[in-house]
Amino acid sequence: MNAAAPVFRRSRTSKIVDRLMRGVLWAIALTFVAVLILFVGAILKQGWPVLNLGFLTKMPETLDAGGGIKPQIFNSIYLVILSLGISLPVGLGAGIYMAAYAGQGRALRFLRLCIETLAATPSIVLALFGMIVFVQAMGWSFSIRSGALTLALLNIPVITRVTEVSLLAVPRELKEASYGLGATKLQTILKVALPYAATGILTGLVLTAGRAFGESAILVFTAGTNASAHFPDFRLTVPGETLSVHLWYVTSDGTLPDAREIAAGTAAVMILVLLTLNLLVRLVDRAIRRRTR
Amino acid sequence: MLTPTLPETKPIKLSVRDMAFSYGPKKILDGLSMDIHAERVTAIIGPSGCGKSTFLKCFNRIHEVAADVDVSGDIQIDGVDIYRGGIDVVDLRRRVGMVFQKPNPFPKSIYENVAFGPRLFGVKDRETLDGIVEDALRKAALWDEVKDRLKESASGMSGGQQQRLCIARALAVNPEVLLMDEPCSALDPIATSKIEDLISELKESLTIVIVTHNMQQAARVSDYTAFFWLGRLVEMDLTERIFTTPKVQMTEDYITGRFG
Repeated sequence: MNAAAPVFRRSRTSKIVDRLMRGVLWAIALTFVAVLILFVGAILKQGWPVLNLGFLTKMPETLDAGGGIKPQIFNSIYLVILSLGISLPVGLGAGIYMAAYAGQGRALRFLRLCIETLAATPSIVLALFGMIVFVQAMGWSFSIRSGALTLALLNIPVITRVTEVSLLAVPRELKEASYGLGATKLQTILKVALPYAATGILTGLVLTAGRAFGESAILVFTAGTNASAHFPDFRLTVPGETLSVHLWYVTSDGTLPDAREIAAGTAAVMILVLLTLNLLVRLVDRAIRRRTR
Repeated sequence: MLTPTLPETKPIKLSVRDMAFSYGPKKILDGLSMDIHAERVTAIIGPSGCGKSTFLKCFNRIHEVAADVDVSGDIQIDGVDIYRGGIDVVDLRRRVGMVFQKPNPFPKSIYENVAFGPRLFGVKDRETLDGIVEDALRKAALWDEVKDRLKESASGMSGGQQQRLCIARALAVNPEVLLMDEPCSALDPIATSKIEDLISELKESLTIVIVTHNMQQAARVSDYTAFFWLGRLVEMDLTERIFTTPKVQMTEDYITGRFG
Protein backbone atom coordinates (compact mmCIF):
# COMPACT_ATOMS: atom_id res chain seq x y z
CA MET A 1 0.00 0.00 0.00
CA ASN A 2 1.17 3.48 -0.75
CA ALA A 3 2.55 5.01 2.42
CA ALA A 4 0.94 8.35 1.72
CA ALA A 5 -2.52 6.95 1.19
CA PRO A 6 -4.92 7.79 3.99
CA VAL A 7 -6.29 4.86 5.95
CA PHE A 8 -10.05 4.57 5.75
CA ARG A 9 -11.27 2.88 8.87
CA ARG A 10 -14.76 2.98 10.21
CA SER A 11 -14.75 4.73 13.55
CA ARG A 12 -15.85 2.79 16.63
CA THR A 13 -18.60 5.24 17.45
CA SER A 14 -20.24 4.94 14.04
CA LYS A 15 -20.50 1.19 14.58
CA ILE A 16 -22.01 1.64 18.03
CA VAL A 17 -24.47 4.27 16.81
CA ASP A 18 -25.50 1.96 13.99
CA ARG A 19 -26.21 -0.90 16.42
CA LEU A 20 -27.99 1.41 18.82
CA MET A 21 -30.27 2.84 16.14
CA ARG A 22 -31.12 -0.62 14.95
CA GLY A 23 -32.09 -1.60 18.48
CA VAL A 24 -34.19 1.52 19.01
CA LEU A 25 -36.06 1.08 15.74
CA TRP A 26 -36.68 -2.56 16.56
CA ALA A 27 -38.07 -1.63 19.96
CA ILE A 28 -40.39 0.97 18.46
CA ALA A 29 -41.69 -1.46 15.86
CA LEU A 30 -42.13 -4.20 18.43
CA THR A 31 -44.03 -1.92 20.81
CA PHE A 32 -46.31 -0.85 18.02
CA VAL A 33 -47.07 -4.40 16.95
CA ALA A 34 -47.64 -5.44 20.57
CA VAL A 35 -50.14 -2.64 21.13
CA LEU A 36 -51.92 -3.56 17.94
CA ILE A 37 -52.14 -7.23 18.90
CA LEU A 38 -53.42 -6.37 22.38
CA PHE A 39 -55.99 -4.02 20.91
CA VAL A 40 -57.32 -6.38 18.26
CA GLY A 41 -57.08 -9.27 20.71
CA ALA A 42 -59.19 -7.46 23.31
CA ILE A 43 -61.88 -6.63 20.76
CA LEU A 44 -62.01 -10.12 19.39
CA LYS A 45 -61.98 -11.69 22.86
CA GLN A 46 -64.98 -9.67 23.97
CA GLY A 47 -66.80 -10.05 20.72
CA TRP A 48 -66.13 -13.73 20.15
CA PRO A 49 -68.83 -15.13 22.55
CA VAL A 50 -71.44 -12.97 20.84
CA LEU A 51 -70.46 -13.93 17.30
CA ASN A 52 -72.74 -16.63 15.98
CA LEU A 53 -74.91 -17.15 12.98
CA GLY A 54 -77.96 -15.73 14.75
CA PHE A 55 -76.20 -12.47 15.60
CA LEU A 56 -75.11 -12.02 11.99
CA THR A 57 -78.42 -12.98 10.40
CA LYS A 58 -81.07 -11.62 12.74
CA MET A 59 -82.76 -8.25 12.63
CA PRO A 60 -81.96 -5.95 15.57
CA GLU A 61 -84.28 -5.67 18.54
CA THR A 62 -85.33 -2.34 19.94
CA LEU A 63 -86.15 -3.27 23.52
CA ASP A 64 -85.25 -6.90 24.09
CA ALA A 65 -81.97 -8.72 24.24
CA GLY A 66 -80.81 -11.11 21.49
CA GLY A 67 -81.05 -8.84 18.42
CA GLY A 68 -78.77 -9.19 15.41
CA ILE A 69 -76.95 -6.85 13.07
CA LYS A 70 -77.98 -8.16 9.65
CA PRO A 71 -79.21 -4.84 8.15
CA GLN A 72 -76.24 -2.94 9.55
CA ILE A 73 -73.82 -5.29 7.81
CA PHE A 74 -75.73 -4.79 4.58
CA ASN A 75 -75.89 -1.00 4.97
CA SER A 76 -72.17 -0.74 5.72
CA ILE A 77 -71.23 -2.61 2.56
CA TYR A 78 -73.92 -0.92 0.45
CA LEU A 79 -72.82 2.56 1.53
CA VAL A 80 -69.13 1.84 0.91
CA ILE A 81 -69.92 0.57 -2.58
CA LEU A 82 -72.20 3.49 -3.40
CA SER A 83 -69.79 6.12 -2.10
CA LEU A 84 -66.89 4.53 -3.99
CA GLY A 85 -69.08 4.40 -7.08
CA ILE A 86 -69.37 8.18 -6.85
CA SER A 87 -65.87 9.04 -5.66
CA LEU A 88 -63.88 6.66 -7.86
CA PRO A 89 -64.73 8.29 -11.22
CA VAL A 90 -64.38 11.78 -9.76
CA GLY A 91 -61.14 11.02 -7.91
CA LEU A 92 -59.60 9.14 -10.82
CA GLY A 93 -60.53 11.90 -13.21
CA ALA A 94 -59.18 14.63 -10.97
CA GLY A 95 -55.99 12.67 -10.30
CA ILE A 96 -55.39 12.05 -13.99
CA TYR A 97 -56.02 15.70 -14.73
CA MET A 98 -53.57 16.84 -12.09
CA ALA A 99 -50.85 14.40 -13.06
CA ALA A 100 -51.09 14.68 -16.82
CA TYR A 101 -53.04 17.68 -18.02
CA ALA A 102 -52.72 20.52 -15.53
CA GLY A 103 -49.72 22.74 -16.12
CA GLN A 104 -47.20 23.26 -13.36
CA GLY A 105 -48.61 26.70 -12.65
CA ARG A 106 -50.45 28.46 -9.88
CA ALA A 107 -53.80 26.90 -10.74
CA LEU A 108 -52.45 23.42 -10.06
CA ARG A 109 -50.93 24.48 -6.75
CA PHE A 110 -54.23 26.01 -5.72
CA LEU A 111 -56.15 22.90 -6.76
CA ARG A 112 -53.74 20.73 -4.81
CA LEU A 113 -54.15 22.97 -1.76
CA CYS A 114 -57.93 22.62 -1.98
CA ILE A 115 -57.72 18.86 -2.22
CA GLU A 116 -55.30 18.60 0.66
CA THR A 117 -57.53 20.83 2.77
CA LEU A 118 -60.53 18.70 1.93
CA ALA A 119 -58.52 15.61 2.86
CA ALA A 120 -57.64 17.14 6.21
CA THR A 121 -61.15 18.35 7.00
CA PRO A 122 -62.47 16.62 10.15
CA SER A 123 -65.24 14.23 9.24
CA ILE A 124 -67.64 15.92 11.66
CA VAL A 125 -67.39 19.06 9.53
CA LEU A 126 -68.23 17.05 6.42
CA ALA A 127 -71.05 15.45 8.42
CA LEU A 128 -72.66 18.76 9.26
CA PHE A 129 -72.16 19.97 5.70
CA GLY A 130 -73.89 16.85 4.44
CA MET A 131 -76.71 17.30 6.89
CA ILE A 132 -77.30 20.91 5.94
CA VAL A 133 -77.05 20.34 2.19
CA PHE A 134 -78.45 16.88 1.52
CA VAL A 135 -80.61 16.13 4.56
CA GLN A 136 -82.16 19.55 4.98
CA ALA A 137 -81.74 21.77 1.90
CA MET A 138 -82.33 18.97 -0.60
CA GLY A 139 -84.96 17.51 1.66
CA TRP A 140 -83.59 14.00 1.40
CA SER A 141 -83.72 13.48 5.20
CA PHE A 142 -81.62 10.76 6.80
CA SER A 143 -81.13 8.40 3.90
CA ILE A 144 -78.72 6.17 2.05
CA ARG A 145 -78.29 8.77 -0.69
CA SER A 146 -77.46 11.56 1.78
CA GLY A 147 -74.95 9.26 3.45
CA ALA A 148 -73.36 7.99 0.23
CA LEU A 149 -72.84 11.49 -1.17
CA THR A 150 -71.34 12.87 2.02
CA LEU A 151 -69.14 9.81 2.40
CA ALA A 152 -67.96 10.40 -1.17
CA LEU A 153 -66.67 13.81 -0.06
CA LEU A 154 -64.47 11.98 2.41
CA ASN A 155 -63.15 9.62 -0.26
CA ILE A 156 -62.58 11.93 -3.20
CA PRO A 157 -59.46 13.79 -1.98
CA VAL A 158 -57.74 10.56 -1.00
CA ILE A 159 -58.45 8.83 -4.31
CA THR A 160 -57.42 11.96 -6.20
CA ARG A 161 -54.11 12.22 -4.40
CA VAL A 162 -53.33 8.51 -4.67
CA THR A 163 -54.10 8.55 -8.40
CA GLU A 164 -51.93 11.60 -8.96
CA VAL A 165 -48.99 10.24 -6.98
CA SER A 166 -49.21 6.80 -8.62
CA LEU A 167 -49.30 8.35 -12.09
CA LEU A 168 -46.37 10.64 -11.37
CA ALA A 169 -44.39 7.58 -10.31
CA VAL A 170 -44.69 5.99 -13.77
CA PRO A 171 -41.14 5.97 -15.22
CA ARG A 172 -40.55 8.60 -17.87
CA GLU A 173 -38.93 5.98 -20.10
CA LEU A 174 -42.23 4.13 -20.44
CA LYS A 175 -44.15 7.25 -21.37
CA GLU A 176 -41.45 8.17 -23.89
CA ALA A 177 -41.62 4.71 -25.41
CA SER A 178 -45.36 5.12 -25.82
CA TYR A 179 -45.15 8.58 -27.34
CA GLY A 180 -42.27 7.40 -29.51
CA LEU A 181 -44.56 4.85 -31.13
CA GLY A 182 -47.06 7.53 -32.03
CA ALA A 183 -49.40 7.23 -29.06
CA THR A 184 -51.46 10.25 -28.12
CA LYS A 185 -51.54 11.56 -24.58
CA LEU A 186 -54.81 9.81 -23.82
CA GLN A 187 -53.56 6.51 -25.28
CA THR A 188 -50.39 6.80 -23.21
CA ILE A 189 -52.40 7.38 -20.04
CA LEU A 190 -54.89 4.61 -20.67
CA LYS A 191 -52.57 1.95 -22.05
CA VAL A 192 -49.29 2.57 -20.26
CA ALA A 193 -49.58 4.87 -17.27
CA LEU A 194 -52.79 3.65 -15.65
CA PRO A 195 -51.95 -0.06 -15.87
CA TYR A 196 -48.57 0.70 -14.32
CA ALA A 197 -50.15 2.80 -11.58
CA ALA A 198 -52.94 0.29 -10.95
CA THR A 199 -51.48 -1.38 -7.86
CA GLY A 200 -50.87 1.96 -6.19
CA ILE A 201 -54.35 3.18 -6.99
CA LEU A 202 -55.86 -0.10 -5.85
CA THR A 203 -54.07 0.08 -2.52
CA GLY A 204 -55.34 3.62 -2.02
CA LEU A 205 -58.82 2.51 -2.95
CA VAL A 206 -58.86 -0.17 -0.29
CA LEU A 207 -57.57 2.18 2.37
CA THR A 208 -60.37 4.52 1.37
CA ALA A 209 -62.92 1.73 1.54
CA GLY A 210 -61.66 0.80 4.99
CA ARG A 211 -61.95 4.36 6.20
CA ALA A 212 -65.44 4.72 4.75
CA PHE A 213 -66.41 1.39 6.31
CA GLY A 214 -65.38 2.59 9.77
CA GLU A 215 -66.71 6.13 9.43
CA SER A 216 -69.38 7.05 11.95
CA ALA A 217 -69.73 10.82 12.43
CA ILE A 218 -70.68 11.46 8.81
CA LEU A 219 -73.28 8.73 8.75
CA VAL A 220 -74.88 9.56 12.09
CA PHE A 221 -75.81 12.94 10.64
CA THR A 222 -76.68 11.88 7.10
CA ALA A 223 -77.73 8.23 6.96
CA GLY A 224 -79.31 8.16 10.37
CA THR A 225 -79.48 5.75 13.26
CA ASN A 226 -82.29 3.57 11.97
CA ALA A 227 -82.14 0.60 9.70
CA SER A 228 -84.90 -0.41 7.32
CA ALA A 229 -87.15 -3.22 8.51
CA HIS A 230 -86.94 -4.82 5.07
CA PHE A 231 -84.00 -6.86 4.02
CA PRO A 232 -82.19 -6.33 1.75
CA ASP A 233 -83.43 -2.81 1.18
CA PHE A 234 -81.72 -1.25 -1.83
CA ARG A 235 -83.78 1.92 -1.80
CA LEU A 236 -81.70 5.09 -1.65
CA THR A 237 -84.34 7.03 0.24
CA VAL A 238 -84.50 4.98 3.44
CA PRO A 239 -82.28 5.55 6.46
CA GLY A 240 -79.25 3.28 6.55
CA GLU A 241 -77.61 2.70 9.88
CA THR A 242 -74.17 1.12 9.50
CA LEU A 243 -72.13 -1.06 11.83
CA SER A 244 -70.05 1.75 13.27
CA VAL A 245 -73.10 3.95 13.78
CA HIS A 246 -74.89 1.03 15.42
CA LEU A 247 -71.91 0.49 17.70
CA TRP A 248 -72.06 4.09 18.80
CA TYR A 249 -75.83 4.20 19.04
CA VAL A 250 -76.44 1.14 21.19
CA THR A 251 -73.80 2.15 23.70
CA SER A 252 -74.73 5.81 23.99
CA ASP A 253 -78.44 5.95 23.59
CA GLY A 254 -79.60 2.37 23.61
CA THR A 255 -82.31 0.93 25.74
CA LEU A 256 -81.11 -2.59 25.03
CA PRO A 257 -80.28 -4.80 27.99
CA ASP A 258 -77.49 -6.49 25.99
CA ALA A 259 -76.00 -3.29 24.50
CA ARG A 260 -72.51 -4.19 25.73
CA GLU A 261 -72.56 -7.58 24.04
CA ILE A 262 -73.97 -6.18 20.83
CA ALA A 263 -71.32 -3.46 20.78
CA ALA A 264 -68.56 -6.02 21.38
CA GLY A 265 -69.88 -8.29 18.63
CA THR A 266 -70.27 -5.41 16.20
CA ALA A 267 -66.73 -4.22 16.85
CA ALA A 268 -65.41 -7.72 16.28
CA VAL A 269 -67.28 -8.04 12.99
CA MET A 270 -65.83 -4.71 11.81
CA ILE A 271 -62.30 -5.71 12.72
CA LEU A 272 -62.69 -9.03 10.91
CA VAL A 273 -64.10 -7.37 7.78
CA LEU A 274 -61.22 -4.88 7.68
CA LEU A 275 -58.64 -7.64 8.16
CA THR A 276 -60.20 -9.61 5.33
CA LEU A 277 -60.27 -6.54 3.13
CA ASN A 278 -56.58 -5.86 3.68
CA LEU A 279 -55.66 -9.48 3.09
CA LEU A 280 -57.64 -9.46 -0.13
CA VAL A 281 -55.75 -6.43 -1.37
CA ARG A 282 -52.44 -8.10 -0.71
CA LEU A 283 -53.53 -11.03 -2.84
CA VAL A 284 -54.86 -8.93 -5.69
CA ASP A 285 -51.80 -6.70 -5.58
CA ARG A 286 -49.47 -9.67 -5.77
CA ALA A 287 -51.46 -11.12 -8.67
CA ILE A 288 -51.24 -7.86 -10.62
CA ARG A 289 -47.54 -7.51 -9.94
CA ARG A 290 -46.85 -11.03 -11.10
CA ARG A 291 -48.79 -10.44 -14.28
CA THR A 292 -47.29 -7.11 -15.25
CA ARG A 293 -43.75 -6.78 -13.92
CA MET B 1 -20.82 22.02 -43.34
CA LEU B 2 -22.89 19.70 -45.47
CA THR B 3 -22.52 16.12 -46.36
CA PRO B 4 -19.90 15.79 -49.07
CA THR B 5 -21.21 14.98 -52.48
CA LEU B 6 -19.78 11.56 -52.98
CA PRO B 7 -20.82 8.68 -55.11
CA GLU B 8 -24.03 8.71 -53.08
CA THR B 9 -26.92 7.04 -54.83
CA LYS B 10 -29.38 7.18 -51.98
CA PRO B 11 -31.75 10.14 -51.73
CA ILE B 12 -31.70 12.57 -48.83
CA LYS B 13 -34.15 11.45 -46.19
CA LEU B 14 -33.65 14.02 -43.48
CA SER B 15 -32.26 17.45 -43.99
CA VAL B 16 -31.40 19.98 -41.33
CA ARG B 17 -30.78 23.63 -42.14
CA ASP B 18 -29.44 26.21 -39.75
CA MET B 19 -31.21 24.67 -36.84
CA ALA B 20 -31.03 25.91 -33.26
CA PHE B 21 -32.51 24.42 -30.13
CA SER B 22 -33.09 26.24 -26.86
CA TYR B 23 -34.38 25.03 -23.58
CA GLY B 24 -35.44 28.12 -21.70
CA PRO B 25 -32.61 30.65 -21.86
CA LYS B 26 -30.11 27.90 -22.59
CA LYS B 27 -29.06 27.35 -26.16
CA ILE B 28 -28.25 23.69 -26.63
CA LEU B 29 -27.80 23.42 -30.37
CA ASP B 30 -26.88 26.17 -32.79
CA GLY B 31 -26.23 26.66 -36.47
CA LEU B 32 -26.68 23.01 -37.40
CA SER B 33 -27.01 21.86 -40.98
CA MET B 34 -26.68 18.36 -42.33
CA ASP B 35 -28.16 15.88 -44.75
CA ILE B 36 -28.94 12.32 -43.79
CA HIS B 37 -29.29 9.81 -46.57
CA ALA B 38 -31.86 7.07 -46.79
CA GLU B 39 -30.74 3.52 -46.11
CA ARG B 40 -27.52 4.69 -44.55
CA VAL B 41 -26.35 4.66 -40.99
CA THR B 42 -25.32 8.05 -39.69
CA ALA B 43 -23.45 8.12 -36.39
CA ILE B 44 -23.39 11.14 -34.11
CA ILE B 45 -20.36 11.29 -31.84
CA GLY B 46 -19.07 13.86 -29.37
CA PRO B 47 -18.40 14.40 -25.68
CA SER B 48 -21.18 14.21 -23.08
CA GLY B 49 -23.40 17.24 -23.04
CA CYS B 50 -22.63 18.28 -26.60
CA GLY B 51 -26.27 17.97 -27.63
CA LYS B 52 -26.17 14.65 -29.48
CA SER B 53 -29.25 13.18 -27.83
CA THR B 54 -31.13 16.45 -28.05
CA PHE B 55 -30.38 16.59 -31.74
CA LEU B 56 -31.73 13.07 -32.20
CA LYS B 57 -34.92 13.88 -30.34
CA CYS B 58 -35.66 16.76 -32.68
CA PHE B 59 -36.41 14.31 -35.48
CA ASN B 60 -39.47 12.83 -33.78
CA ARG B 61 -40.24 15.81 -31.54
CA ILE B 62 -40.23 13.58 -28.47
CA HIS B 63 -38.69 16.38 -26.41
CA GLU B 64 -42.03 18.18 -26.61
CA VAL B 65 -43.47 15.63 -24.21
CA ALA B 66 -41.28 16.73 -21.33
CA ALA B 67 -40.77 20.43 -21.68
CA ASP B 68 -41.34 23.61 -23.58
CA VAL B 69 -38.50 24.00 -26.01
CA ASP B 70 -37.76 26.27 -28.90
CA VAL B 71 -36.62 24.86 -32.20
CA SER B 72 -35.73 27.19 -35.03
CA GLY B 73 -34.44 26.56 -38.51
CA ASP B 74 -35.57 23.75 -40.77
CA ILE B 75 -35.80 20.01 -40.27
CA GLN B 76 -37.30 18.20 -43.20
CA ILE B 77 -38.30 14.63 -43.81
CA ASP B 78 -38.66 13.85 -47.51
CA GLY B 79 -38.65 17.58 -48.11
CA VAL B 80 -41.47 18.41 -45.70
CA ASP B 81 -40.76 20.53 -42.64
CA ILE B 82 -41.59 18.47 -39.57
CA TYR B 83 -42.19 21.49 -37.33
CA ARG B 84 -44.15 23.73 -39.63
CA GLY B 85 -45.07 21.58 -42.60
CA GLY B 86 -48.46 20.63 -41.24
CA ILE B 87 -47.24 17.21 -40.25
CA ASP B 88 -49.22 15.43 -37.57
CA VAL B 89 -46.83 14.69 -34.72
CA VAL B 90 -48.40 11.29 -34.10
CA ASP B 91 -47.85 10.33 -37.72
CA LEU B 92 -44.31 11.71 -37.57
CA ARG B 93 -43.50 9.49 -34.61
CA ARG B 94 -44.86 6.47 -36.41
CA ARG B 95 -42.58 7.22 -39.37
CA VAL B 96 -39.60 8.08 -37.19
CA GLY B 97 -39.14 5.35 -34.59
CA MET B 98 -36.87 5.57 -31.59
CA VAL B 99 -34.77 3.21 -29.51
CA PHE B 100 -33.68 4.61 -26.17
CA GLN B 101 -30.51 4.41 -24.14
CA LYS B 102 -31.90 2.10 -21.51
CA PRO B 103 -34.10 -0.76 -22.72
CA ASN B 104 -37.63 0.33 -21.80
CA PRO B 105 -40.05 -2.49 -22.58
CA PHE B 106 -43.56 -2.04 -21.22
CA PRO B 107 -44.42 -4.19 -18.21
CA LYS B 108 -46.48 -6.37 -20.50
CA SER B 109 -45.92 -9.62 -22.35
CA ILE B 110 -43.41 -9.89 -25.20
CA TYR B 111 -46.28 -10.13 -27.67
CA GLU B 112 -48.13 -7.12 -26.23
CA ASN B 113 -44.98 -5.02 -26.39
CA VAL B 114 -44.63 -5.55 -30.12
CA ALA B 115 -48.37 -5.33 -30.76
CA PHE B 116 -48.63 -2.03 -28.85
CA GLY B 117 -47.85 0.21 -31.81
CA PRO B 118 -50.05 -1.52 -34.38
CA ARG B 119 -52.92 -1.55 -31.87
CA LEU B 120 -52.58 2.22 -31.47
CA PHE B 121 -53.30 2.52 -35.16
CA GLY B 122 -56.35 0.34 -34.94
CA VAL B 123 -55.07 -3.07 -36.00
CA LYS B 124 -57.39 -5.47 -34.20
CA ASP B 125 -57.52 -8.58 -36.32
CA ARG B 126 -55.69 -11.34 -34.48
CA GLU B 127 -54.09 -12.92 -37.52
CA THR B 128 -52.84 -9.62 -38.88
CA LEU B 129 -51.38 -8.77 -35.47
CA ASP B 130 -49.75 -12.18 -35.17
CA GLY B 131 -48.16 -11.63 -38.55
CA ILE B 132 -46.88 -8.15 -37.68
CA VAL B 133 -45.48 -9.36 -34.35
CA GLU B 134 -43.67 -12.31 -35.90
CA ASP B 135 -42.31 -10.18 -38.72
CA ALA B 136 -41.02 -7.48 -36.37
CA LEU B 137 -39.44 -10.00 -34.02
CA ARG B 138 -37.74 -11.71 -36.98
CA LYS B 139 -36.38 -8.41 -38.25
CA ALA B 140 -35.03 -7.73 -34.77
CA ALA B 141 -33.36 -11.17 -34.75
CA LEU B 142 -35.33 -12.16 -31.69
CA TRP B 143 -38.00 -14.50 -33.02
CA ASP B 144 -36.14 -17.76 -32.50
CA GLU B 145 -35.34 -16.88 -28.91
CA VAL B 146 -38.85 -15.90 -27.88
CA LYS B 147 -41.31 -17.66 -30.20
CA ASP B 148 -42.23 -20.17 -27.50
CA ARG B 149 -42.76 -17.60 -24.77
CA LEU B 150 -44.54 -14.71 -26.41
CA LYS B 151 -47.01 -14.56 -23.53
CA GLU B 152 -44.31 -14.18 -20.90
CA SER B 153 -43.45 -10.84 -19.38
CA ALA B 154 -40.77 -8.84 -21.14
CA SER B 155 -39.13 -8.04 -17.81
CA GLY B 156 -37.86 -11.60 -17.59
CA MET B 157 -35.60 -11.11 -20.61
CA SER B 158 -31.93 -10.20 -20.56
CA GLY B 159 -30.92 -6.60 -21.20
CA GLY B 160 -29.80 -7.37 -24.75
CA GLN B 161 -33.04 -9.17 -25.51
CA GLN B 162 -35.03 -6.32 -24.05
CA GLN B 163 -33.24 -3.85 -26.29
CA ARG B 164 -33.90 -6.00 -29.36
CA LEU B 165 -37.52 -6.22 -28.23
CA CYS B 166 -37.62 -2.43 -28.15
CA ILE B 167 -36.25 -2.43 -31.69
CA ALA B 168 -38.92 -4.93 -32.73
CA ARG B 169 -41.54 -2.77 -31.06
CA ALA B 170 -40.35 0.24 -33.05
CA LEU B 171 -40.25 -1.77 -36.28
CA ALA B 172 -43.79 -3.03 -35.83
CA VAL B 173 -45.29 0.28 -36.96
CA ASN B 174 -43.21 0.16 -40.12
CA PRO B 175 -41.08 3.28 -39.63
CA GLU B 176 -38.94 4.90 -42.32
CA VAL B 177 -36.31 6.24 -39.93
CA LEU B 178 -34.92 4.66 -36.78
CA LEU B 179 -33.31 6.91 -34.18
CA MET B 180 -31.03 5.12 -31.74
CA ASP B 181 -29.86 6.94 -28.65
CA GLU B 182 -26.79 5.06 -27.38
CA PRO B 183 -28.67 1.79 -27.73
CA CYS B 184 -25.82 -0.35 -26.42
CA SER B 185 -24.62 1.70 -23.49
CA ALA B 186 -26.33 -0.61 -21.00
CA LEU B 187 -25.34 -3.84 -22.75
CA ASP B 188 -22.46 -6.29 -22.55
CA PRO B 189 -20.15 -6.84 -25.57
CA ILE B 190 -22.01 -9.89 -26.88
CA ALA B 191 -25.39 -8.21 -26.77
CA THR B 192 -23.78 -5.13 -28.30
CA SER B 193 -22.42 -7.04 -31.26
CA LYS B 194 -25.86 -8.55 -31.87
CA ILE B 195 -27.38 -5.08 -32.00
CA GLU B 196 -24.61 -3.91 -34.33
CA ASP B 197 -25.25 -6.83 -36.69
CA LEU B 198 -28.89 -5.93 -36.58
CA ILE B 199 -28.17 -2.31 -37.51
CA SER B 200 -26.31 -3.47 -40.60
CA GLU B 201 -29.28 -5.59 -41.67
CA LEU B 202 -31.87 -2.95 -40.90
CA LYS B 203 -30.24 -0.28 -43.01
CA GLU B 204 -31.25 -2.24 -46.09
CA SER B 205 -34.68 -0.74 -45.67
CA LEU B 206 -34.35 2.04 -43.09
CA THR B 207 -32.59 5.30 -42.45
CA ILE B 208 -30.71 4.98 -39.18
CA VAL B 209 -29.30 7.74 -37.01
CA ILE B 210 -27.34 6.50 -34.04
CA VAL B 211 -25.84 8.45 -31.16
CA THR B 212 -22.90 6.67 -29.61
CA HIS B 213 -20.11 7.25 -27.14
CA ASN B 214 -18.25 4.31 -28.50
CA MET B 215 -15.82 5.32 -31.23
CA GLN B 216 -15.29 1.75 -32.41
CA GLN B 217 -19.01 1.29 -32.67
CA ALA B 218 -19.35 4.37 -34.86
CA ALA B 219 -16.52 3.07 -37.04
CA ARG B 220 -18.05 -0.40 -37.29
CA VAL B 221 -21.68 0.36 -38.03
CA SER B 222 -21.94 3.73 -39.70
CA ASP B 223 -21.56 5.04 -43.22
CA TYR B 224 -21.39 8.67 -42.14
CA THR B 225 -20.13 10.16 -38.93
CA ALA B 226 -20.89 13.59 -37.53
CA PHE B 227 -18.78 15.05 -34.74
CA PHE B 228 -20.55 17.43 -32.36
CA TRP B 229 -18.92 19.75 -29.91
CA LEU B 230 -20.67 22.22 -27.60
CA GLY B 231 -23.89 22.13 -29.56
CA ARG B 232 -22.29 22.63 -32.94
CA LEU B 233 -21.47 20.33 -35.79
CA VAL B 234 -17.71 20.35 -36.15
CA GLU B 235 -17.35 17.95 -39.04
CA MET B 236 -19.35 15.40 -40.95
CA ASP B 237 -18.03 13.04 -43.54
CA LEU B 238 -17.89 9.46 -44.64
CA THR B 239 -17.07 7.42 -41.56
CA GLU B 240 -13.84 6.02 -42.98
CA ARG B 241 -12.63 9.53 -43.74
CA ILE B 242 -13.54 10.87 -40.33
CA PHE B 243 -11.57 8.06 -38.76
CA THR B 244 -8.57 8.20 -41.10
CA THR B 245 -8.22 11.70 -42.48
CA PRO B 246 -10.41 14.17 -40.62
CA LYS B 247 -10.20 17.72 -41.87
CA VAL B 248 -10.54 19.43 -38.53
CA GLN B 249 -7.87 19.06 -35.87
CA MET B 250 -10.47 18.92 -33.10
CA THR B 251 -12.09 15.87 -34.67
CA GLU B 252 -8.80 14.09 -34.82
CA ASP B 253 -8.02 15.01 -31.21
CA TYR B 254 -11.36 13.66 -30.06
CA ILE B 255 -11.16 10.44 -32.03
CA THR B 256 -7.67 9.69 -30.88
CA GLY B 257 -8.68 10.33 -27.30
CA ARG B 258 -6.67 13.47 -26.71
CA PHE B 259 -9.69 15.23 -25.26
CA GLY B 260 -13.27 14.52 -24.46
